[in-house]
Amino acid sequence: MASFDAPSIVLSRKGYADSFTLARYLETGGYVALRKALTMFPEDVAAEVDAASLLGRGGAGFPAGRKWSMLRKSPVSYLVVNGDESEPATFKDHFLVERDPHQLVEGVIIAAYALQVNQAFIYMRGEFALGLERVQQALNDAYEQGMLGRKILGSSFSIDVVVHPGAGAYICGEETALIEGLEGKRGFPRIKPPFFPAVSGLYGEPTVVNNVETMSNLPWIVNNGGAAFAALGGGRSTGTRLFALGGRVKNPGVYEIEMVKNTFRDLIYDPRLGGGILNDRKIKCFIPGGVSAPWFGPELLDLPLGQDEVAEKGSMLGSGSIVVMDEDTCVVRAAWRITKFFSRESCGQCTPCREGSGWLERVLYRLEHGGGRTEDFDLLLDLCDNIAPGLTWPPQQTTICVLGSSIPSSINSALTMFRDDFAAHVKNGGCTHE
Amino acid sequence: MSHFRQDIRQRADELVALYPRSRSAMLPLLHLAQEQDGYLSDEGIAEVAELTDTSAADVRGTASFYDMFHLEPVGKYVVGVCTNIACLLAGGEEMLEHASVTLGCAVGATSEDGLFTLEESECLAGCDVAPCVQVNHRYVRSTTPEEFDTLIDDLRRGRLDSDVPAHGTLIRVRRSGGLRAPRAEVAEQRTEAKAARDARAAKEEKK
Repeated sequence: MASFDAPSIVLSRKGYADSFTLARYLETGGYVALRKALTMFPEDVAAEVDAASLLGRGGAGFPAGRKWSMLRKSPVSYLVVNGDESEPATFKDHFLVERDPHQLVEGVIIAAYALQVNQAFIYMRGEFALGLERVQQALNDAYEQGMLGRKILGSSFSIDVVVHPGAGAYICGEETALIEGLEGKRGFPRIKPPFFPAVSGLYGEPTVVNNVETMSNLPWIVNNGGAAFAALGGGRSTGTRLFALGGRVKNPGVYEIEMVKNTFRDLIYDPRLGGGILNDRKIKCFIPGGVSAPWFGPELLDLPLGQDEVAEKGSMLGSGSIVVMDEDTCVVRAAWRITKFFSRESCGQCTPCREGSGWLERVLYRLEHGGGRTEDFDLLLDLCDNIAPGLTWPPQQTTICVLGSSIPSSINSALTMFRDDFAAHVKNGGCTHE
Repeated sequence: MSHFRQDIRQRADELVALYPRSRSAMLPLLHLAQEQDGYLSDEGIAEVAELTDTSAADVRGTASFYDMFHLEPVGKYVVGVCTNIACLLAGGEEMLEHASVTLGCAVGATSEDGLFTLEESECLAGCDVAPCVQVNHRYVRSTTPEEFDTLIDDLRRGRLDSDVPAHGTLIRVRRSGGLRAPRAEVAEQRTEAKAARDARAAKEEKK
């Protein structure tokens, strides 16, 4: 049975139709944390976040507190919030920016104060037209209330926040590509090292990049203390987390549940969560953390929803999006569509990714639509091996960023788990699913 | 002579002032150029180049990287149907095919009356209402062929004008005012804050 013992941290206003308004936000404890933070020393605010052990909610799962402490020695110039949510099947930040923009804004101001940054940018996916409007309105409200701008709320701290619309590019979710987009350029990921924008970020200056959900957790952490957050969850995976559940389930949606205390089975089958498989069919497999992640079979349904727990089994919790495929799903088509996505979104800088993704997509296309050959199986794996040598997890990299090394995940999973399905496609001259 | 209308030009100048470097305003300025012209015209590109201290080639080179920027005219409504994994499992491909029939144009093309441009979208982060459809980057409820046809009919009759502005208009909420933290004062604040923090750290170390 799913555990619902943990409080709701980022979705506490979910039940209100006007959850996005300043009035509702103030009435439900909004901006109390900011006032509290401003009475503390900035480093003490940062220490609370460190104590919370809040893992970044973007996909890589790097501890937010440690990201900040890398900058303790040298002052940070900019705070950039990554709201370019584009990992297929991930839709949690979409929910947060539309439904609780003030919570995000408050989190951003708290982070800026802790880091003593005076200018922050919220880089938001361009396709979030309503989200962009809601966040801009929240910023306007915050300025009017004196919570943004010069010497906020009578303190000696000044902060400006600018919302920056993206323009349709998956790769801009990669933090160095995002910074390029913020500098007005093509979204090409930067060569590493330097590995972190903390060393060289926007305009080559020290920059902190944090995800929308990560920011949205900060008001609660300041109000309740880092220890209270760290008491939730288990192991390195503390607190609650948003899971975006999609695919062949009865109730797709965004759910906030405690990490580790719940399993994939709880999320997918509990009637208050996913509600089980559509038409009560059997589950075939599921993707545990966005399409960059290797797939899991039903035997791993009882695995706890924790970062290390999933990593140990050879995949990742990634962006927190779970896609369920049932016994009627064609896995060849699924792998083809995911690969087509990577092919479209490859930025084109690195040969293995640019050429490999298109080639893989064409091979999978012919398997799905007729014309596939048995030799194609080895060809697929060989091409994947050229992008991520050894097909290990975590993958080896031959490219500037991890988009390339994410391409083999679905192909390798589908071929390894369901080779018979591929063989049937060859035998039947294509897909026989409806 | 500005190609931008007076109000658009004013907003463009305000946008540039929000960033430490003018080129950073590139993406929002390109959205603004599309708001005026519906797509990126040569004149719009030239003006963005002037505003960002770059060349028209720089602007075009940047714009062509991003899916939301159109270098050719598009319809008043850009209809995006997602066929990525979650939508695929909910009939996204069939929805795209149906959309193509209803609108009478191929994917990537514009309908004969010039009103609709159809696109196959990558994941739009709307997987709970799959298959997900957006019009001008606004979520519209259309998960069945019938709902899609009603949606198109409503758009044709102007019933959704208040929810879905013409293509190009992305953010209708204007920013109220520019930056408020004066740069010189902020620099002073930063120095003071750092000195205070270093003093606290030194005191802590002594203990």
